[in-house]
Amino acid sequence: MSKVLVVTSGKGGVGKTTSSAALGAALAQAGKNVVVVDFDVGLRNLDLIMGAERRVVFDLVNVVQGDAKLAQALIRDKRVETLSLLPASQTRDKDALTPEGVERVINELREKFDWIVCDSPAGIERGATLAMRHADMAVVVTNPEVSSVRDSDRIIGLLDSKTAKAEAGETVDKHLLLTRYDAGRAARGEMLKVEDVLEILAIPLLGIIPDSEDVLKASNVGSPVTLHNPMSAPARAYAEAARRLLGETVAVTMPVEKKSLMSRLFGRSVA
Amino acid sequence: MALIVVPEPPFEAWLTALDQQMARSAGFFIDRPIVVNLAAMAGTDDDPAQILAALEARDLRIIGVEGVEMAALRGTPWFGATLAASGREGKQDKFIDIPEAAEPSPPEPPPPEPARRPSLLITRPVRSGQSIVFEEGDVTIIGPVSSGAEIIAGGSIHIYGTLRGRAVAGLLGGAEARIFCTKLAAELLAIDGLYRTADHWGHGLHGKPVQVWLDDKELRLAALE
Repeated sequence: MSKVLVVTSGKGGVGKTTSSAALGAALAQAGKNVVVVDFDVGLRNLDLIMGAERRVVFDLVNVVQGDAKLAQALIRDKRVETLSLLPASQTRDKDALTPEGVERVINELREKFDWIVCDSPAGIERGATLAMRHADMAVVVTNPEVSSVRDSDRIIGLLDSKTAKAEAGETVDKHLLLTRYDAGRAARGEMLKVEDVLEILAIPLLGIIPDSEDVLKASNVGSPVTLHNPMSAPARAYAEAARRLLGETVAVTMPVEKKSLMSRLFGRSVA
Repeated sequence: MALIVVPEPPFEAWLTALDQQMARSAGFFIDRPIVVNLAAMAGTDDDPAQILAALEARDLRIIGVEGVEMAALRGTPWFGATLAASGREGKQDKFIDIPEAAEPSPPEPPPPEPARRPSLLITRPVRSGQSIVFEEGDVTIIGPVSSGAEIIAGGSIHIYGTLRGRAVAGLLGGAEARIFCTKLAAELLAIDGLYRTADHWGHGLHGKPVQVWLDDKELRLAALE
């Protein structure tokens, strides 16, 4: 039974694309057949993060409009055999997507893959609502700051009202992925704490991804962080999140503040 | 308190505007005593009796007429209901006691109150951007009301959870309505059109269980402890 997972947030720049690539790769590494679909038509980025930008010939818009077959547009990852990418178009805009076309493509993908990971564009307009339209599950990516939390709250409301499941009287499973979390700044009150975000959003926690330069390094070489440096803290957090998506019970690792030896030695006397 | 309704010429156009107003806010005139001031209609061809009949046909509860000579109403149910014969600024002698004057035209009995006040129960979080509007009565929410969400009720609002958004109670003249929440972090509170933002109540009540009510045109908040 295939699962359609939308990675969404409302706000831009919180880590949807990074998380889509990392979770998709982690699910594929766990042996699942995975496709990651870029719904950000006009501002495609997922191909860059996945290192496939030179291999794009046909894209989602071509398939939705019937100009290309699905098999022609799918790009298989070179590192993980069970991971594929359906890229977005960079030259079109979101109006090129039609609800009927998207439904047809999602249904075709359901026949081929175990997991269909939809990377949603920012915002609450057509692109974002079409990306979430056929979702069974949602990963709500949130940064620990108030504007991101409020936008996520808005998106959760839309997941509860505008999706095909919601209209059929069912619910979309929603999970919170807290990204760019810095334990030190949260402790100093410069960021919201995990409990604060959970209290406001009231959905289960999928994982906490620590703020780390490993994420940026991986993006710049075109590799999901879970493949680029599997032992790094964000990669392990994404891998744990993927295991939770697969139904395993894994305790959430709380990122701890990294202190240098010097600050540990002298931190007290300065204060 | 009576409402003063002032028909203006041309009467047909004014009546159309009134109908539109009533369609927009049904219930605004229900049970409100009305005084009709016909001063602006003096000198037109419209018959005062016909004007009053047109208003009464719209279920307005007319308790008095002013701004017209009483003689012009002779033979109509409103004869004797005039307050001041020559307009509001007139200092003439023909003041008539309102309760007695209203006797000749007993108001229609108000429609019987529904046996049970309708209420709306919501058992999930109200998310940012969502708006719950229930003009008929009370709203009860079990769960949080997020920043950027709003609850609008004709009656009172009860929130078993944190109120971070807006709560607007007593939408249609409900000065008796109250707002209750188990944790106050609201952006805006309003009862019967009187609103206050978070600046008004400061930090003292933040995070506390609170009730809000209207006390002689002043919005009051108190901790429920």
